[in-house]
Amino acid sequence: MKPILQTEGLSRSFSVGGGFLQAPRKLQAVDKVDLVLNPGDVLGIVGESGCGKSTLARLLLGLLKPSSGRVLLGGVDLQELGPRELSKRVQPVFQDPYSSLNPRRSIADIVALPLEVHGLGNRAQRRRQAIDMLERVGLSSHHADNRPGQLSGGQRQRVAIARALVMKPELVICDEPTSALDMSVQAQILNLLLELRREFNLSYVFISHNLAVVEHVATSVAVMYLGKVVEQADSAELFKQPRHPYTQALLASVLTPEPGLGIPDTGLGLAFPDPLHPPSGCPFHPRCPQRMDPCASLIPTLGKVVGSSAWLSCHLHQSNPAIQADLS
Amino acid sequence: MSDSAKDLVLDVQDLSVDIATPRGSLHAVRKLSFQLQRGETLCLVGESGCGKSMTSLALMGLLPKAARRSAARLELLGEDLMAASPKRINALRGRQMAMIFQEPMTALNPAYTVGEQLMESYLHHRKSSVSEARARAIFLLGKVGMASAEQRLTQYPHQLSGGLRQRVMIAMALMCEPALLVADEPSTALDVTIQAQILRLLVDLQRELGIAMLLVTHDLGVVARMAQRVAVMYAGEVVEQGAVSDIFATPHHPYTQALLRCIPVPGRTAPGSALGAIPGQVPSLVGEFQGCSFRDRCAYAQAACAQPVPMKRAASGHSWRCILAELPA
Repeated sequence: MKPILQTEGLSRSFSVGGGFLQAPRKLQAVDKVDLVLNPGDVLGIVGESGCGKSTLARLLLGLLKPSSGRVLLGGVDLQELGPRELSKRVQPVFQDPYSSLNPRRSIADIVALPLEVHGLGNRAQRRRQAIDMLERVGLSSHHADNRPGQLSGGQRQRVAIARALVMKPELVICDEPTSALDMSVQAQILNLLLELRREFNLSYVFISHNLAVVEHVATSVAVMYLGKVVEQADSAELFKQPRHPYTQALLASVLTPEPGLGIPDTGLGLAFPDPLHPPSGCPFHPRCPQRMDPCASLIPTLGKVVGSSAWLSCHLHQSNPAIQADLS
Repeated sequence: MSDSAKDLVLDVQDLSVDIATPRGSLHAVRKLSFQLQRGETLCLVGESGCGKSMTSLALMGLLPKAARRSAARLELLGEDLMAASPKRINALRGRQMAMIFQEPMTALNPAYTVGEQLMESYLHHRKSSVSEARARAIFLLGKVGMASAEQRLTQYPHQLSGGLRQRVMIAMALMCEPALLVADEPSTALDVTIQAQILRLLVDLQRELGIAMLLVTHDLGVVARMAQRVAVMYAGEVVEQGAVSDIFATPHHPYTQALLRCIPVPGRTAPGSALGAIPGQVPSLVGEFQGCSFRDRCAYAQAACAQPVPMKRAASGHSWRCILAELPA
């Protein structure tokens, strides 16, 4: 199967600070990330704040240019596609439905805007299409002339989803789409996203810090740490058999609603990852409960675990013959 | 005085909070009752707008100006908080009752160092010397797991990460060893890994010091792992209250049941399957409201639900507000 989305050595750095008598620092937000997403799949991206998830989302949307490496959509570099073509095929759903909708425009106008930008149909046709899409995401047509301020958070997120889907894209980049919502509303939105995926044969990149949600939605998962992918595998395998100590710690930290189990000890210690001062060697080694000699000096490479879907970047497993170093 | 009375830290009966709005009085909290013992954790859980944060502010005497609280009883260690003067409340707040807020960045003052903020309440309440307060601050920063505590005292909040700021908040709340700790979403703004660390820390300190904790959260995972008892709030009311194990195993209120079905549970919910959603929206809290507040969204609603619904009580202490004798599974 030809992948719908692929990144090759995708990197992005920012220059930050640089005040009086201070040299600007380089912040490597995304560091040589290789990802593959097949049509109809959902690629979950997890990691702590500052790991580069949202920068990655902006790179995939073409909102940021890579410092090096490239993003391929259906085999074509985003840079060559141009913004018009790109926005037809890739659409975003962001975290905060309060700031991502123009408060001065009506709901129907907001949803019809992508059609307007692309000059599709006349005004009445666009409005009809927008209302159809609103109904599809579970809003009734009498919301069409409301402003975002008159809707609840869940309804606003439905509007954002309708706007993303009105152009019939192939790929939707969801950046924390349910993080600002209540539990009951989160369930509605997740159900909707999964239904729409089947109906329109969509692919998602699903970025979230909520691992239970990612496990529920994603077909494959990439775990990011300080800009790097440290483990990637099919969702079922990753959650059943996490290999990287960081993935293990992340999964151990999830508080499932099971009384009596208490709060888990993650064993991560207090060294907080600072993207401006990344550690030498493996970026995770200062917090790693299983660190060894080479971890502080040698940067591990991402290698395929033989006989599994997993890719892994960890010295613990690197000497293991079950892992082939990625020689490409 | 009997042992149980001696251990009673907080006694709340029929606490209500009304907020004056242009459209009328908004009943943010309606007739809330609970008791909290020494060393116990009670979770208030519910979705936004259910009144859980208003409840915590009402207990601390920190309600916004437009809000008015009333209660049949509101006692901290046997002292009537409703009758206490503002001066007396100020004396209790920080010393006998302390609060941890969700956003450590907005709750800490950016213009003062960590040390100044930590020592302030201790100097004020204990009338101690600066060196004593400093020693106490260093001791507590060590307790909350901050390395090189002495240097931390001279740092400003912006120099700390979110997790460290929340540790400072916890240390600040514990400076005077309060009997009651109110924690309003203490880990919501944090990453899961840091959340686990912070909550573990809270549990350890609470056990060690025998603090009674009221934990306000929307996260059922946090409730299950932290609390002995839980009160589920909906539209300003407690709809179900009881031991955590009882409520998670056999919820008696349709809202609690629906809430538990909303969240994907690893290992239990099949990936990609439809999650239980709650249709509809929370009713307006402005004006008078009769009957069950959940009836418009409830799968089992009947005509009788429009009448006032009394609280049912089981011998285990489990109580719920629903006319159904038993919930269909």
